[in-house]
Amino acid sequence: MSTERRLRVLIAKPGLDGHDRGARIIARGYRDAGFEVIYTGVHQTPQQIVSAAIQEDVDLVGLSCLSGAHMYLFREVVKQLAEKGAHDITVIGGGIIPPEDIPRLKEAGIREIFLPGAPLEKIIEWTKENVKPSKMPI
Amino acid sequence: MSHTCSEMRKGVAGRMFDSLGDERKGDAMFSNKTLNEVRQGMKKWLEEVKGFTSDFPGKRRFSTISDLDIDPIYTPENITGLDFATSIGYPGLYPFTRGCQATGYRGKVWTFRMFSGLGGAEDTNQRWHQLLAEGETGLSTAFDFPTLMGYDSDSPKATAEVGKCGVAIDTLADLEVLTKNIPLDKVTTSMTINPPASVLWAMYLVAAERQGVSWDKIGGTIQNDMLKEFIAQKTFMCPPEPSIRLISDTIEFGTEYVPRWNTISISGYHIREAGATAVQELAFTLADGIAYVQDVMERKKLDVDAFAPRLSFFFDSHMDFFEEIAKFRAARRMWAKIMRHRFKAKNPRSWWMRFHTQTAGCSLTHQQPYNNIVRTTTEALSAVLGGTQSLHTNSFDEEFALPTELAATIALRTQQILAEETGGINTIDPLAGSYFVEALTNQIEDEAWEYIKKIDAMGGMLAAIARGFPQKEIATAAYKFKRQVDNLERVVVGVNKYVAKEEAPIEFLKIDERVEAEQIKRLQKVKRTRDNRRVALTLNNLRVACQSDKNVMPYVIEAVKTYATEQEICDVYREVFGEYQDPGFY
Repeated sequence: MSTERRLRVLIAKPGLDGHDRGARIIARGYRDAGFEVIYTGVHQTPQQIVSAAIQEDVDLVGLSCLSGAHMYLFREVVKQLAEKGAHDITVIGGGIIPPEDIPRLKEAGIREIFLPGAPLEKIIEWTKENVKPSKMPI
Repeated sequence: MSHTCSEMRKGVAGRMFDSLGDERKGDAMFSNKTLNEVRQGMKKWLEEVKGFTSDFPGKRRFSTISDLDIDPIYTPENITGLDFATSIGYPGLYPFTRGCQATGYRGKVWTFRMFSGLGGAEDTNQRWHQLLAEGETGLSTAFDFPTLMGYDSDSPKATAEVGKCGVAIDTLADLEVLTKNIPLDKVTTSMTINPPASVLWAMYLVAAERQGVSWDKIGGTIQNDMLKEFIAQKTFMCPPEPSIRLISDTIEFGTEYVPRWNTISISGYHIREAGATAVQELAFTLADGIAYVQDVMERKKLDVDAFAPRLSFFFDSHMDFFEEIAKFRAARRMWAKIMRHRFKAKNPRSWWMRFHTQTAGCSLTHQQPYNNIVRTTTEALSAVLGGTQSLHTNSFDEEFALPTELAATIALRTQQILAEETGGINTIDPLAGSYFVEALTNQIEDEAWEYIKKIDAMGGMLAAIARGFPQKEIATAAYKFKRQVDNLERVVVGVNKYVAKEEAPIEFLKIDERVEAEQIKRLQKVKRTRDNRRVALTLNNLRVACQSDKNVMPYVIEAVKTYATEQEICDVYREVFGEYQDPGFY
């Protein structure tokens, strides 16, 4: 029997942006692929997202933003996770992200950015390759 | 054939009056003899084509973007029983399948109304003047997220969002700058604003008054449709029940004091953009409309004909050309039936469904973005052939950011080309009588009625929302569509087929980060120079009004005049009515 537990994923909508079509599709895609999924709903502050991620003991946080505020919000989540000592949680993002912002986001610790049109399979494959459940089953 | 024409004309005159009277089942359009011939002909045709290609009508599935199966050809058999007078009829007459205006676009071309807003009020005022100079005929305001959500620019929640997705408005002072040198008695203004609709509308009313334009002379629209926010767009503040009350307050106030204003724009657009099918978009929008009408009648005891003529609608125009045209035609016919039979409205104006349309933002791709101009063009043509009253065409660069001036101009020119060059305006409802379009119009109507029945059985739209019914239906449709695109069952050019190896970057608009700091400075200046005691007094009066069943509008207007901020007013709403939390259905 595997000692590995299923990957736990938090899909979150930071900021005031209500465009949640992508986030909800990704949440369902992860669920159908066998992940444990928590979806925050819209209008979350970075603080709320960080405390949910820690409380729920997730392996991955997926952020979605279509309002143009991603540079602040995404980096803020990474920063606050680090402040809480949760460096091990992988953060990825998606939404309306201008290409020139992607290297800057990656520099700040957002591991990957998926743009509109990215197939679910690709996102899930990436996750399986890059995120390992770091903790023992609870 | 001249005798046929004169008979037709006689027929028009004869039926004009009939169609306003009892809705009776008239004659089917085709005789039994004709239908028999059609059936035999069809059989023969299918036999014949079998010889040419063994897999006709095809192994591949042919379906609309909303997943409705489509037949290889349509014949009179697909519309047997369709009665010309009661189902198709004439423009300007019940059931308005062919349009509300008797003269169609020959009398007045749809309004070119470009959704526009960026940065601070001054930036947007400039863009508005530029668009008007380019031949735009109506204004439409895009607000930034803090404004949409009832937060001021200096709120911590507004960090990095100010002026990004639209214009930042905090107080009346901003609205005065926004409308500077815009003749508010001549240009109509639409404001896409929902939870704080009463506040922004109050600001506009006061700004008009200060321009010397009385309220009976101004025209425009506030979106003010909260049900679709809970269902789809997720710009919410207070829970559904008090949200509906605020809406009924604005409808009541407009009915009495601002007679040319559309106090609500019942919107399918956002429902569709969230992933709904065409049928869901139509059904949920109509069900929302039913809930609003009911609430105004019950809460305000207003006669339906007093307010119904000012209800307006807003739809999406998506990529499936014929499905959209059928949806628009079905929409008008259904609303006419709802108003006439369900709510017993007597004034034909109450039966009208007037609507604005926006081309589908969700159909735009960041891959090969110039292709978006083509997408927007066909979507706009669907809206025109479907008889929209007003249209926004998306700019090709909106998958990256707010549009540049060039991109916004191309989008406006797209409408102007459709209006001036294509001949699309020459005749009214040109696709009427197409076996396919009539059959699809019927099918969309039938399926939408099924949803409305289901929602009625749940106890209406508020109850349906509380169970997450429309939310989950949309989530399922959106997920299914995504799967189909991922599996190549549906092609999105440049995304999953005809993919470019390399793409040259395009220039797009960046909102200067200084906008936020400057807006906060302006807001702080207003707060320093106003009479804070008057502000507190008017806010307190508003609080008391909220706690009673008084109409809040006069109190909001008084608060706005003292330069109370948008958030200060919305905080009163939040305090009295509470805040709604996203249940996060997916």
